[in-house]
Amino acid sequence: MTDTRTITVVSAGLSQPSSTRLLADRLAQATTARLAADGVTAEVHVIELRDLAQDITNNLLTGFAAPRLAAAIEQLTASDGAIFVTPIFTTSYSGLFKSFIDVLDPDALSGMPVLLGATGGTERHSLALEYAMRPLFSYLHAAVVPTTVYAASSDWGSTGDAAAYAGGGGLPERIDRAAGELAALVRDSDRASRVRDPFALPDGFSPVGGFGAQ
Amino acid sequence: MSQMQFGIFTVSDITEDPTTGRTLSEAEKIQDTLTIAQHAEEVGLDVFALGEHHNPPFWSSSPTTTLAYLAAKTTTLQLSTATTLITTNDPVKIAEDFAMLQHVSGGRVDLMLGRGNTGPVYPWFGQDIREGIPLAIEHYALLHRLWREDVVDWQGRFRTPLQGFTSTPRPLDGVAPFVWHGSIRSPEIAEQAAYYGDGFFANNIFWPAEHYQKLIGYYRQRFEHYGHGTAAQAIVGLGGQAFMRKNSQDAVDEFRPYFDNAPVYGHGPSLEDFSAMTPLTVGSPQQVIDRYAGMRDLFGDYQRQLFLMDHAGLPLKTVLEQLDILGGEVVPVLRKELAVNRPAETPDAPTHESLVAAARAADALEAAVAASEFAEVK
Repeated sequence: MTDTRTITVVSAGLSQPSSTRLLADRLAQATTARLAADGVTAEVHVIELRDLAQDITNNLLTGFAAPRLAAAIEQLTASDGAIFVTPIFTTSYSGLFKSFIDVLDPDALSGMPVLLGATGGTERHSLALEYAMRPLFSYLHAAVVPTTVYAASSDWGSTGDAAAYAGGGGLPERIDRAAGELAALVRDSDRASRVRDPFALPDGFSPVGGFGAQ
Repeated sequence: MSQMQFGIFTVSDITEDPTTGRTLSEAEKIQDTLTIAQHAEEVGLDVFALGEHHNPPFWSSSPTTTLAYLAAKTTTLQLSTATTLITTNDPVKIAEDFAMLQHVSGGRVDLMLGRGNTGPVYPWFGQDIREGIPLAIEHYALLHRLWREDVVDWQGRFRTPLQGFTSTPRPLDGVAPFVWHGSIRSPEIAEQAAYYGDGFFANNIFWPAEHYQKLIGYYRQRFEHYGHGTAAQAIVGLGGQAFMRKNSQDAVDEFRPYFDNAPVYGHGPSLEDFSAMTPLTVGSPQQVIDRYAGMRDLFGDYQRQLFLMDHAGLPLKTVLEQLDILGGEVVPVLRKELAVNRPAETPDAPTHESLVAAARAADALEAAVAASEFAEVK
Protein backbone atom coordinates (compact mmCIF):
# COMPACT_ATOMS: atom_id res chain seq x y z
CA MET A 1 0.00 0.00 0.00
CA THR A 2 1.31 3.45 -0.89
CA ASP A 3 1.26 6.45 1.42
CA THR A 4 -1.02 8.36 -0.91
CA ARG A 5 -4.82 8.18 -0.91
CA THR A 6 -7.28 9.84 -3.25
CA ILE A 7 -10.38 11.57 -1.98
CA THR A 8 -13.08 12.89 -4.29
CA VAL A 9 -15.29 15.73 -3.15
CA VAL A 10 -18.74 16.01 -4.75
CA SER A 11 -20.34 19.41 -4.26
CA ALA A 12 -23.90 20.10 -5.40
CA GLY A 13 -23.91 23.82 -4.64
CA LEU A 14 -25.60 25.93 -7.29
CA SER A 15 -24.40 29.47 -6.64
CA GLN A 16 -20.82 30.54 -7.14
CA PRO A 17 -19.28 30.80 -4.66
CA SER A 18 -21.54 28.52 -2.64
CA SER A 19 -21.63 27.72 1.05
CA THR A 20 -21.95 24.07 0.00
CA ARG A 21 -18.54 24.24 -1.69
CA LEU A 22 -17.20 26.14 1.31
CA LEU A 23 -18.26 23.32 3.64
CA ALA A 24 -16.94 20.71 1.20
CA ASP A 25 -13.54 22.37 1.13
CA ARG A 26 -13.42 22.64 4.93
CA LEU A 27 -14.25 18.92 5.24
CA ALA A 28 -11.59 18.02 2.67
CA GLN A 29 -8.94 20.18 4.35
CA ALA A 30 -9.70 18.70 7.77
CA THR A 31 -9.54 15.15 6.40
CA THR A 32 -6.27 15.88 4.59
CA ALA A 33 -4.80 17.31 7.80
CA ARG A 34 -5.81 14.22 9.79
CA LEU A 35 -4.23 11.92 7.19
CA ALA A 36 -1.08 14.05 7.08
CA ALA A 37 -0.75 13.63 10.84
CA ASP A 38 -0.59 9.87 10.17
CA GLY A 39 2.00 10.34 7.39
CA VAL A 40 -0.49 9.79 4.59
CA THR A 41 -0.70 12.21 1.66
CA ALA A 42 -4.21 12.86 0.38
CA GLU A 43 -4.84 13.79 -3.23
CA VAL A 44 -8.14 15.67 -3.41
CA HIS A 45 -10.31 15.99 -6.53
CA VAL A 46 -13.40 18.16 -6.58
CA ILE A 47 -16.46 17.51 -8.74
CA GLU A 48 -18.79 20.51 -9.01
CA LEU A 49 -22.10 19.07 -10.17
CA ARG A 50 -23.21 22.44 -11.54
CA ASP A 51 -20.50 22.13 -14.20
CA LEU A 52 -21.89 18.71 -15.20
CA ALA A 53 -25.59 19.56 -14.95
CA GLN A 54 -26.31 19.22 -18.68
CA ASP A 55 -24.34 16.01 -19.03
CA ILE A 56 -26.18 14.55 -16.03
CA THR A 57 -29.58 15.34 -17.56
CA ASN A 58 -28.47 13.95 -20.92
CA ASN A 59 -27.28 10.78 -19.23
CA LEU A 60 -30.72 10.32 -17.67
CA LEU A 61 -32.27 10.66 -21.14
CA THR A 62 -29.83 8.71 -23.31
CA GLY A 63 -28.44 6.17 -20.86
CA PHE A 64 -24.80 7.08 -21.36
CA ALA A 65 -22.35 9.57 -19.90
CA ALA A 66 -20.66 12.13 -22.13
CA PRO A 67 -16.84 12.14 -21.86
CA ARG A 68 -16.50 14.80 -19.11
CA LEU A 69 -19.14 13.18 -16.89
CA ALA A 70 -17.70 9.72 -17.59
CA ALA A 71 -14.28 10.96 -16.45
CA ALA A 72 -15.77 12.42 -13.25
CA ILE A 73 -17.58 9.17 -12.46
CA GLU A 74 -14.41 7.20 -13.11
CA GLN A 75 -12.47 9.54 -10.80
CA LEU A 76 -15.06 9.14 -8.04
CA THR A 77 -15.42 5.38 -8.38
CA ALA A 78 -11.67 4.80 -8.18
CA SER A 79 -11.14 6.93 -5.06
CA ASP A 80 -10.22 5.70 -1.59
CA GLY A 81 -12.90 7.86 -0.03
CA ALA A 82 -15.46 10.53 -0.88
CA ILE A 83 -17.09 13.59 0.62
CA PHE A 84 -20.61 14.41 -0.59
CA VAL A 85 -22.14 17.79 0.20
CA THR A 86 -25.54 19.00 -0.98
CA PRO A 87 -27.78 21.93 -0.22
CA ILE A 88 -31.04 20.85 1.42
CA PHE A 89 -33.96 21.82 -0.83
CA THR A 90 -37.55 21.22 0.23
CA THR A 91 -36.64 18.77 3.03
CA SER A 92 -34.06 16.71 1.12
CA TYR A 93 -30.94 16.57 -1.08
CA SER A 94 -31.18 18.68 -4.21
CA GLY A 95 -32.58 17.23 -7.44
CA LEU A 96 -29.25 17.69 -9.20
CA PHE A 97 -27.48 15.79 -6.44
CA LYS A 98 -29.93 12.87 -6.68
CA SER A 99 -29.74 12.88 -10.48
CA PHE A 100 -25.96 12.48 -10.25
CA ILE A 101 -26.36 9.59 -7.81
CA ASP A 102 -28.93 8.06 -10.18
CA VAL A 103 -26.49 7.89 -13.11
CA LEU A 104 -23.86 6.04 -11.07
CA ASP A 105 -23.58 2.30 -11.41
CA PRO A 106 -25.41 0.76 -8.43
CA ASP A 107 -22.13 -0.81 -7.27
CA ALA A 108 -20.00 2.29 -7.81
CA LEU A 109 -19.87 3.31 -4.14
CA SER A 110 -19.97 -0.13 -2.58
CA GLY A 111 -17.61 -0.22 0.39
CA MET A 112 -16.50 3.38 -0.22
CA PRO A 113 -15.64 5.41 2.93
CA VAL A 114 -18.00 8.38 2.73
CA LEU A 115 -18.52 11.57 4.70
CA LEU A 116 -21.84 13.37 4.26
CA GLY A 117 -22.43 17.09 4.59
CA ALA A 118 -25.28 19.47 3.86
CA THR A 119 -26.06 23.16 3.95
CA GLY A 120 -29.24 25.10 4.49
CA GLY A 121 -30.69 28.41 5.53
CA THR A 122 -31.72 27.33 9.01
CA GLU A 123 -30.84 24.56 11.46
CA ARG A 124 -34.34 23.10 11.10
CA HIS A 125 -33.29 20.94 8.13
CA SER A 126 -30.26 19.35 9.75
CA LEU A 127 -31.91 15.95 10.21
CA ALA A 128 -32.28 15.63 6.42
CA LEU A 129 -28.75 14.24 6.60
CA GLU A 130 -30.05 11.38 8.71
CA TYR A 131 -33.44 10.66 7.15
CA ALA A 132 -32.56 11.32 3.48
CA MET A 133 -28.81 11.33 2.82
CA ARG A 134 -27.73 8.44 5.05
CA PRO A 135 -30.36 5.93 3.80
CA LEU A 136 -29.42 6.79 0.20
CA PHE A 137 -25.79 5.87 0.81
CA SER A 138 -26.70 2.87 2.97
CA TYR A 139 -28.66 1.55 -0.01
CA LEU A 140 -25.53 1.94 -2.15
CA HIS A 141 -23.50 0.01 0.46
CA ALA A 142 -21.17 2.93 1.13
CA ALA A 143 -19.35 2.99 4.48
CA VAL A 144 -20.82 6.22 5.87
CA VAL A 145 -19.02 7.67 8.91
CA PRO A 146 -21.12 8.22 12.06
CA THR A 147 -20.77 12.02 12.10
CA THR A 148 -22.50 14.03 9.39
CA VAL A 149 -21.98 17.77 9.15
CA TYR A 150 -24.78 20.25 8.61
CA ALA A 151 -23.98 23.94 8.22
CA ALA A 152 -26.78 26.47 8.52
CA SER A 153 -26.14 30.05 7.46
CA SER A 154 -25.73 31.06 11.09
CA ASP A 155 -22.96 28.49 11.62
CA TRP A 156 -20.62 30.54 9.47
CA GLY A 157 -20.83 33.35 12.00
CA SER A 158 -20.61 31.54 15.30
CA THR A 159 -17.87 29.83 17.27
CA GLY A 160 -20.09 26.99 18.37
CA ASP A 161 -22.86 26.44 20.84
CA ALA A 162 -22.20 23.34 22.88
CA ALA A 163 -25.55 23.58 24.60
CA ALA A 164 -27.46 23.38 21.34
CA TYR A 165 -25.67 20.23 20.15
CA ALA A 166 -25.51 17.59 22.82
CA GLY A 167 -21.94 16.34 22.70
CA GLY A 168 -21.56 18.27 19.45
CA GLY A 169 -19.82 21.57 19.66
CA GLY A 170 -19.63 24.18 16.95
CA LEU A 171 -19.12 23.75 13.23
CA PRO A 172 -15.29 23.54 13.42
CA GLU A 173 -15.52 20.81 16.06
CA ARG A 174 -18.09 18.85 14.02
CA ILE A 175 -15.96 19.15 10.90
CA ASP A 176 -12.92 17.94 12.77
CA ARG A 177 -14.71 14.99 14.33
CA ALA A 178 -16.22 13.88 11.00
CA ALA A 179 -12.85 14.31 9.24
CA GLY A 180 -11.16 12.13 11.85
CA GLU A 181 -13.71 9.39 11.25
CA LEU A 182 -13.29 9.55 7.47
CA ALA A 183 -9.49 9.74 7.66
CA ALA A 184 -9.38 6.54 9.72
CA LEU A 185 -11.31 4.63 7.02
CA VAL A 186 -9.47 6.22 4.08
CA ARG A 187 -6.11 5.40 5.63
CA ASP A 188 -6.97 1.69 5.49
CA SER A 189 -8.63 1.82 2.07
CA ASP A 190 -7.05 0.14 -0.95
CA ARG A 191 -9.87 1.00 -3.38
CA ALA A 192 -7.73 3.25 -5.59
CA SER A 193 -5.04 0.62 -6.06
CA ARG A 194 -7.52 -2.17 -6.88
CA VAL A 195 -7.78 -3.33 -10.48
CA ARG A 196 -11.38 -3.28 -11.57
CA ASP A 197 -12.43 -5.54 -14.44
CA PRO A 198 -15.56 -4.20 -16.16
CA PHE A 199 -16.00 -7.60 -17.82
CA ALA A 200 -15.76 -9.68 -14.67
CA LEU A 201 -18.40 -12.39 -14.88
CA PRO A 202 -20.43 -13.18 -11.77
CA ASP A 203 -19.13 -16.05 -9.63
CA GLY A 204 -20.39 -19.39 -10.91
CA PHE A 205 -21.51 -17.99 -14.27
CA SER A 206 -21.80 -20.59 -17.01
CA PRO A 207 -22.54 -19.69 -20.65
CA VAL A 208 -24.83 -22.72 -20.88
CA GLY A 209 -26.71 -22.20 -17.61
CA GLY A 210 -27.10 -24.34 -14.57
CA PHE A 211 -29.53 -27.01 -13.51
CA GLY A 212 -30.39 -29.51 -16.23
CA ALA A 213 -30.01 -26.93 -18.97
CA GLN A 214 -27.23 -28.70 -20.83
CA MET B 1 -20.97 -14.19 -51.87
CA SER B 2 -20.47 -10.94 -50.11
CA GLN B 3 -17.76 -10.28 -47.59
CA MET B 4 -19.89 -7.84 -45.71
CA GLN B 5 -23.63 -7.45 -45.44
CA PHE B 6 -25.25 -4.03 -45.35
CA GLY B 7 -28.83 -3.45 -44.39
CA ILE B 8 -31.35 -1.64 -42.24
CA PHE B 9 -32.97 -2.36 -38.91
CA THR B 10 -36.16 -0.93 -37.54
CA VAL B 11 -37.66 -0.70 -34.08
CA SER B 12 -41.23 -0.32 -35.45
CA ASP B 13 -42.08 2.83 -33.51
CA ILE B 14 -45.18 4.80 -34.44
CA THR B 15 -44.08 8.35 -33.68
CA GLU B 16 -45.64 11.70 -34.52
CA ASP B 17 -43.94 13.53 -37.38
CA PRO B 18 -42.80 16.65 -35.46
CA THR B 19 -42.86 18.78 -38.62
CA THR B 20 -46.52 18.07 -39.41
CA GLY B 21 -47.97 16.89 -36.10
CA ARG B 22 -49.37 13.85 -37.87
CA THR B 23 -49.17 10.33 -36.43
CA LEU B 24 -49.72 7.40 -38.77
CA SER B 25 -52.22 4.67 -37.94
CA GLU B 26 -50.91 1.17 -37.22
CA ALA B 27 -52.28 0.04 -40.57
CA GLU B 28 -50.42 2.83 -42.43
CA LYS B 29 -47.16 2.32 -40.55
CA ILE B 30 -47.20 -1.44 -41.08
CA GLN B 31 -47.74 -1.01 -44.82
CA ASP B 32 -44.99 1.62 -44.92
CA THR B 33 -42.54 -0.74 -43.26
CA LEU B 34 -43.36 -3.51 -45.74
CA THR B 35 -42.65 -1.02 -48.54
CA ILE B 36 -39.39 0.08 -46.91
CA ALA B 37 -38.17 -3.51 -46.51
CA GLN B 38 -38.88 -4.34 -50.16
CA HIS B 39 -37.21 -1.11 -51.25
CA ALA B 40 -34.11 -2.14 -49.29
CA GLU B 41 -33.73 -5.08 -51.68
CA GLU B 42 -34.47 -2.88 -54.71
CA VAL B 43 -31.62 -0.50 -53.86
CA GLY B 44 -29.15 -3.36 -53.37
CA LEU B 45 -29.08 -3.73 -49.60
CA ASP B 46 -28.59 -7.21 -48.14
CA VAL B 47 -30.47 -7.30 -44.84
CA PHE B 48 -33.75 -6.19 -43.28
CA ALA B 49 -33.99 -6.69 -39.51
CA LEU B 50 -37.15 -6.10 -37.51
CA GLY B 51 -37.60 -5.47 -33.79
CA GLU B 52 -40.01 -7.16 -31.40
CA HIS B 53 -42.13 -5.20 -28.93
CA HIS B 54 -45.26 -5.87 -26.95
CA ASN B 55 -46.44 -2.37 -26.12
CA PRO B 56 -47.53 0.75 -27.98
CA PRO B 57 -46.23 2.85 -29.74
CA PHE B 58 -44.55 -0.17 -31.37
CA TRP B 59 -46.43 -2.42 -33.76
CA SER B 60 -44.05 -5.35 -34.34
CA SER B 61 -45.17 -8.03 -31.89
CA SER B 62 -44.99 -10.87 -34.39
CA PRO B 63 -41.80 -10.58 -36.49
CA THR B 64 -41.89 -14.00 -38.18
CA THR B 65 -45.34 -13.24 -39.63
CA THR B 66 -44.03 -10.00 -41.11
CA LEU B 67 -40.79 -11.57 -42.31
CA ALA B 68 -42.65 -14.48 -43.94
CA TYR B 69 -44.65 -11.99 -46.02
CA LEU B 70 -41.42 -10.24 -47.00
CA ALA B 71 -39.83 -13.60 -47.87
CA ALA B 72 -42.56 -14.10 -50.44
CA LYS B 73 -42.14 -10.59 -51.85
CA THR B 74 -38.35 -10.57 -52.13
CA THR B 75 -35.70 -12.81 -53.66
CA THR B 76 -32.31 -11.96 -52.16
CA LEU B 77 -33.04 -10.01 -48.98
CA GLN B 78 -31.71 -11.61 -45.80
CA LEU B 79 -34.46 -11.44 -43.15
CA SER B 80 -33.41 -10.90 -39.57
CA THR B 81 -34.56 -9.51 -36.24
CA ALA B 82 -33.42 -6.71 -33.95
CA THR B 83 -34.04 -8.25 -31.53
CA THR B 84 -35.95 -11.45 -30.82
CA LEU B 85 -36.70 -11.62 -27.10
CA ILE B 86 -34.96 -14.73 -25.81
CA THR B 87 -36.13 -14.00 -22.26
CA THR B 88 -39.89 -13.80 -22.59
CA ASN B 89 -40.50 -15.96 -25.67
CA ASP B 90 -40.75 -19.70 -25.29
CA PRO B 91 -37.55 -21.08 -26.87
CA VAL B 92 -39.60 -23.94 -28.31
CA LYS B 93 -41.76 -21.46 -30.23
CA ILE B 94 -38.67 -19.56 -31.43
CA ALA B 95 -37.21 -22.86 -32.71
CA GLU B 96 -40.41 -23.69 -34.56
CA ASP B 97 -41.13 -20.21 -35.96
CA PHE B 98 -37.66 -19.56 -37.33
CA ALA B 99 -37.21 -23.06 -38.76
CA MET B 100 -40.52 -22.53 -40.58
CA LEU B 101 -39.29 -19.14 -41.80
CA GLN B 102 -36.11 -20.80 -43.07
CA HIS B 103 -38.20 -23.14 -45.20
CA VAL B 104 -40.50 -20.51 -46.70
CA SER B 105 -37.60 -18.09 -47.35
CA GLY B 106 -35.21 -20.63 -48.80
CA GLY B 107 -32.77 -20.12 -45.97
CA ARG B 108 -32.74 -16.31 -46.08
CA VAL B 109 -33.17 -15.95 -42.34
CA ASP B 110 -31.07 -15.39 -39.26
CA LEU B 111 -31.97 -13.83 -35.93
CA MET B 112 -30.55 -11.55 -33.31
CA LEU B 113 -31.34 -12.39 -29.71
CA GLY B 114 -31.81 -9.74 -27.05
CA ARG B 115 -33.16 -9.60 -23.52
CA GLY B 116 -35.56 -6.70 -23.84
CA ASN B 117 -35.55 -3.83 -21.37
CA THR B 118 -39.26 -3.03 -21.08
CA GLY B 119 -40.01 -3.99 -17.48
CA PRO B 120 -43.72 -4.96 -17.73
CA VAL B 121 -43.15 -7.30 -20.71
CA TYR B 122 -41.52 -9.81 -18.37
CA PRO B 123 -44.52 -10.24 -16.02
CA TRP B 124 -46.93 -10.03 -18.98
CA PHE B 125 -45.23 -13.17 -20.27
CA GLY B 126 -44.92 -14.79 -16.86
CA GLN B 127 -41.25 -13.96 -16.27
CA ASP B 128 -39.16 -11.81 -13.89
CA ILE B 129 -36.83 -9.08 -15.25
CA ARG B 130 -34.37 -9.76 -12.44
CA GLU B 131 -33.82 -13.18 -14.05
CA GLY B 132 -33.04 -11.58 -17.43
CA ILE B 133 -29.53 -13.01 -17.82
CA PRO B 134 -30.32 -16.52 -16.49
CA LEU B 135 -33.38 -16.60 -18.80
CA ALA B 136 -31.27 -15.62 -21.83
CA ILE B 137 -28.66 -18.25 -20.97
CA GLU B 138 -31.07 -21.13 -20.26
CA HIS B 139 -33.53 -20.40 -23.07
CA TYR B 140 -30.78 -20.23 -25.65
CA ALA B 141 -29.15 -23.42 -24.39
CA LEU B 142 -32.48 -25.16 -25.10
CA LEU B 143 -33.03 -23.39 -28.45
CA HIS B 144 -29.54 -24.42 -29.57
CA ARG B 145 -30.32 -28.08 -28.86
CA LEU B 146 -33.79 -28.04 -30.42
CA TRP B 147 -32.27 -27.09 -33.80
CA ARG B 148 -29.44 -29.62 -33.58
CA GLU B 149 -30.94 -32.72 -31.93
CA ASP B 150 -33.93 -34.51 -33.44
CA VAL B 151 -35.27 -35.70 -30.08
CA VAL B 152 -34.72 -33.60 -26.96
CA ASP B 153 -35.12 -34.51 -23.31
CA TRP B 154 -34.69 -31.35 -21.26
CA GLN B 155 -35.25 -29.87 -17.84
CA GLY B 156 -34.52 -26.33 -16.60
CA ARG B 157 -35.60 -23.63 -14.18
CA PHE B 158 -37.89 -21.53 -16.32
CA ARG B 159 -39.93 -23.78 -18.55
CA THR B 160 -41.88 -26.98 -18.29
CA PRO B 161 -39.62 -30.03 -18.94
CA LEU B 162 -39.54 -31.79 -22.30
CA GLN B 163 -39.48 -35.53 -22.78
CA GLY B 164 -39.02 -36.95 -26.29
CA PHE B 165 -39.73 -33.59 -27.96
CA THR B 166 -38.98 -32.98 -31.63
CA SER B 167 -39.16 -29.39 -32.86
CA THR B 168 -40.71 -29.25 -36.33
CA PRO B 169 -40.05 -28.44 -39.06
CA ARG B 170 -36.44 -29.52 -38.75
CA PRO B 171 -34.06 -26.72 -39.84
CA LEU B 172 -33.64 -26.38 -43.61
CA ASP B 173 -30.85 -28.68 -44.88
CA GLY B 174 -30.26 -29.71 -41.27
CA VAL B 175 -28.55 -26.40 -40.50
CA ALA B 176 -29.78 -24.03 -37.79
CA PRO B 177 -30.34 -20.34 -38.61
CA PHE B 178 -27.33 -18.19 -37.75
CA VAL B 179 -27.69 -16.44 -34.40
CA TRP B 180 -26.40 -13.02 -33.38
CA HIS B 181 -26.43 -12.07 -29.71
CA GLY B 182 -27.16 -8.42 -29.09
CA SER B 183 -26.06 -6.63 -25.95
CA ILE B 184 -25.52 -3.09 -24.81
CA ARG B 185 -23.52 -3.70 -21.69
CA SER B 186 -23.57 -7.27 -20.36
CA PRO B 187 -20.31 -9.25 -20.56
CA GLU B 188 -22.37 -12.40 -19.88
CA ILE B 189 -23.99 -12.11 -23.31
CA ALA B 190 -20.65 -11.49 -25.06
CA GLU B 191 -19.36 -14.57 -23.24
CA GLN B 192 -22.39 -16.59 -24.38
CA ALA B 193 -21.91 -15.54 -28.04
CA ALA B 194 -18.22 -16.45 -27.83
CA TYR B 195 -18.92 -19.82 -26.19
CA TYR B 196 -21.21 -20.95 -29.01
CA GLY B 197 -19.14 -19.36 -31.78
CA ASP B 198 -22.19 -17.25 -32.67
CA GLY B 199 -22.20 -13.66 -33.88
CA PHE B 200 -22.12 -10.62 -31.61
CA PHE B 201 -24.06 -7.51 -32.58
CA ALA B 202 -23.27 -4.19 -30.95
CA ASN B 203 -26.22 -1.87 -31.27
CA ASN B 204 -23.66 0.92 -31.14
CA ILE B 205 -26.09 3.78 -31.74
CA PHE B 206 -26.50 5.13 -28.23
CA TRP B 207 -23.19 4.72 -26.49
CA PRO B 208 -19.74 6.15 -27.21
CA ALA B 209 -17.48 4.02 -29.38
CA GLU B 210 -15.00 3.32 -26.57
CA HIS B 211 -17.62 1.29 -24.72
CA TYR B 212 -18.33 -0.95 -27.70
CA GLN B 213 -14.64 -1.25 -28.55
CA LYS B 214 -14.10 -2.85 -25.16
CA LEU B 215 -17.18 -5.08 -25.38
CA ILE B 216 -16.37 -6.32 -28.90
CA GLY B 217 -12.71 -6.76 -27.94
CA TYR B 218 -13.83 -8.94 -25.04
CA TYR B 219 -16.11 -11.02 -27.31
CA ARG B 220 -13.32 -11.50 -29.88
CA GLN B 221 -10.87 -12.61 -27.20
CA ARG B 222 -13.36 -15.10 -25.71
CA PHE B 223 -14.28 -16.41 -29.19
CA GLU B 224 -10.63 -17.37 -29.62
CA HIS B 225 -10.50 -18.80 -26.08
CA TYR B 226 -13.35 -21.20 -26.89
CA GLY B 227 -11.52 -22.46 -29.97
CA HIS B 228 -13.72 -21.15 -32.78
CA GLY B 229 -10.84 -19.41 -34.55
CA THR B 230 -8.70 -16.35 -33.98
CA ALA B 231 -10.09 -13.18 -32.40
CA ALA B 232 -10.06 -11.62 -35.87
CA GLN B 233 -12.32 -14.42 -37.13
CA ALA B 234 -15.15 -13.71 -34.69
CA ILE B 235 -18.42 -12.59 -36.31
CA VAL B 236 -19.25 -8.98 -35.52
CA GLY B 237 -22.20 -6.81 -36.48
CA LEU B 238 -22.65 -3.10 -35.83
CA GLY B 239 -25.58 -0.74 -35.72
CA GLY B 240 -25.42 2.71 -37.24
CA GLN B 241 -27.53 5.72 -38.04
CA ALA B 242 -27.41 8.26 -40.85
CA PHE B 243 -29.39 10.98 -42.56
CA MET B 244 -28.15 12.31 -45.87
CA ARG B 245 -28.71 15.06 -48.40
CA LYS B 246 -26.50 16.22 -51.22
CA ASN B 247 -25.56 19.31 -49.21
CA SER B 248 -24.73 18.47 -45.64
CA GLN B 249 -26.40 21.58 -44.19
CA ASP B 250 -29.67 20.55 -45.86
CA ALA B 251 -29.41 17.17 -44.13
CA VAL B 252 -28.83 18.82 -40.75
CA ASP B 253 -31.72 21.27 -41.19
CA GLU B 254 -34.15 18.58 -42.31
CA PHE B 255 -33.19 15.97 -39.71
CA ARG B 256 -32.89 18.25 -36.65
CA PRO B 257 -36.59 18.38 -35.70
CA TYR B 258 -36.77 14.58 -35.91
CA PHE B 259 -33.62 14.27 -33.80
CA ASP B 260 -34.75 16.82 -31.23
CA ASN B 261 -38.05 15.00 -30.69
CA ALA B 262 -36.90 11.39 -31.13
CA PRO B 263 -38.31 8.99 -28.55
CA VAL B 264 -34.99 7.74 -27.17
CA TYR B 265 -32.55 10.65 -27.19
CA GLY B 266 -34.80 13.63 -27.95
CA HIS B 267 -34.74 16.70 -25.70
CA GLY B 268 -31.27 15.67 -24.48
CA PRO B 269 -27.91 16.23 -26.13
CA SER B 270 -27.64 18.41 -29.21
CA LEU B 271 -27.51 16.82 -32.65
CA GLU B 272 -23.90 17.97 -32.89
CA ASP B 273 -22.84 16.46 -29.54
CA PHE B 274 -24.70 13.21 -30.19
CA SER B 275 -23.10 12.94 -33.63
CA ALA B 276 -19.67 13.39 -32.08
CA MET B 277 -20.26 10.78 -29.38
CA THR B 278 -22.12 8.10 -31.39
CA PRO B 279 -22.03 6.83 -35.00
CA LEU B 280 -24.98 9.06 -35.98
CA THR B 281 -23.87 10.89 -39.10
CA VAL B 282 -26.01 13.64 -40.58
CA GLY B 283 -24.60 15.20 -43.72
CA SER B 284 -23.54 14.40 -47.24
CA PRO B 285 -23.24 10.81 -48.55
CA GLN B 286 -19.45 11.27 -48.57
CA GLN B 287 -19.47 12.13 -44.86
CA VAL B 288 -21.37 8.91 -44.15
CA ILE B 289 -18.94 6.93 -46.29
CA ASP B 290 -15.96 8.42 -44.46
CA ARG B 291 -17.44 7.74 -41.03
CA TYR B 292 -18.43 4.13 -41.70
CA ALA B 293 -15.31 3.25 -43.68
CA GLY B 294 -13.49 4.05 -40.42
CA MET B 295 -15.52 1.66 -38.24
CA ARG B 296 -13.16 -1.25 -38.84
CA ASP B 297 -10.30 0.84 -37.44
CA LEU B 298 -12.25 0.92 -34.17
CA PHE B 299 -13.76 -2.57 -34.07
CA GLY B 300 -11.75 -4.72 -36.50
CA ASP B 301 -12.96 -6.02 -39.87
CA TYR B 302 -16.56 -7.08 -39.42
CA GLN B 303 -19.42 -8.85 -41.15
CA ARG B 304 -22.61 -6.85 -40.91
CA GLN B 305 -23.50 -3.17 -40.82
CA LEU B 306 -27.13 -2.23 -40.17
CA PHE B 307 -28.49 1.31 -40.30
CA LEU B 308 -31.47 2.75 -38.45
CA MET B 309 -33.23 4.85 -41.11
CA ASP B 310 -36.96 5.00 -40.42
CA HIS B 311 -37.62 6.02 -36.82
CA ALA B 312 -38.74 9.19 -35.03
CA GLY B 313 -41.69 9.85 -37.34
CA LEU B 314 -39.75 10.26 -40.61
CA PRO B 315 -42.29 10.05 -43.45
CA LEU B 316 -42.24 7.17 -45.94
CA LYS B 317 -41.16 9.33 -48.87
CA THR B 318 -38.11 10.58 -46.95
CA VAL B 319 -37.15 7.10 -45.80
CA LEU B 320 -37.32 5.75 -49.35
CA GLU B 321 -35.12 8.64 -50.54
CA GLN B 322 -32.67 7.83 -47.78
CA LEU B 323 -32.55 4.20 -48.92
CA ASP B 324 -31.93 5.37 -52.50
CA ILE B 325 -28.90 7.31 -51.30
CA LEU B 326 -27.72 4.54 -48.96
CA GLY B 327 -28.04 1.78 -51.54
CA GLY B 328 -27.13 3.87 -54.57
CA GLU B 329 -24.23 6.02 -53.37
CA VAL B 330 -22.97 4.94 -49.96
CA VAL B 331 -22.98 1.15 -49.69
CA PRO B 332 -21.33 0.45 -53.10
CA VAL B 333 -18.38 2.64 -52.07
CA LEU B 334 -18.24 1.12 -48.58
CA ARG B 335 -18.19 -2.39 -50.08
CA LYS B 336 -15.16 -1.42 -52.16
CA GLU B 337 -13.35 0.47 -49.43
CA LEU B 338 -13.89 -2.19 -46.78
CA ALA B 339 -12.68 -4.92 -49.17
CA VAL B 340 -9.34 -3.15 -49.51
CA ASN B 341 -6.77 -4.69 -47.17
CA ARG B 342 -9.40 -6.94 -45.61
CA PRO B 343 -7.26 -9.79 -44.23
CA ALA B 344 -7.80 -13.14 -45.97
CA GLU B 345 -8.60 -14.78 -42.63
CA THR B 346 -11.59 -12.47 -42.03
CA PRO B 347 -14.72 -14.59 -42.53
CA ASP B 348 -17.44 -13.50 -44.93
CA ALA B 349 -20.84 -12.68 -43.47
CA PRO B 350 -22.55 -16.00 -42.66
CA THR B 351 -25.37 -17.11 -44.96
CA HIS B 352 -27.40 -20.30 -45.19
CA GLU B 353 -25.21 -21.42 -48.09
CA SER B 354 -21.97 -20.86 -46.20
CA LEU B 355 -23.32 -22.63 -43.12
CA VAL B 356 -24.48 -25.62 -45.19
CA ALA B 357 -21.07 -25.80 -46.91
CA ALA B 358 -19.31 -25.66 -43.53
CA ALA B 359 -21.57 -28.41 -42.15
CA ARG B 360 -20.97 -30.62 -45.18
CA ALA B 361 -17.22 -30.09 -44.92
CA ALA B 362 -17.32 -31.04 -41.25
CA ASP B 363 -19.38 -34.17 -42.06
CA ALA B 364 -16.94 -35.17 -44.81
CA LEU B 365 -13.99 -34.72 -42.47
CA GLU B 366 -15.68 -36.85 -39.83
CA ALA B 367 -16.46 -39.56 -42.40
CA ALA B 368 -12.85 -39.55 -43.62
CA VAL B 369 -11.55 -39.87 -40.06
CA ALA B 370 -14.00 -42.71 -39.35
CA ALA B 371 -13.00 -44.50 -42.58
CA SER B 372 -9.30 -44.25 -41.79
CA GLU B 373 -9.90 -45.53 -38.26
CA PHE B 374 -11.94 -48.42 -39.73
CA ALA B 375 -9.10 -49.19 -42.15
CA GLU B 376 -6.60 -49.27 -39.29
CA VAL B 377 -8.77 -51.69 -37.31
CA LYS B 378 -8.99 -53.96 -40.32
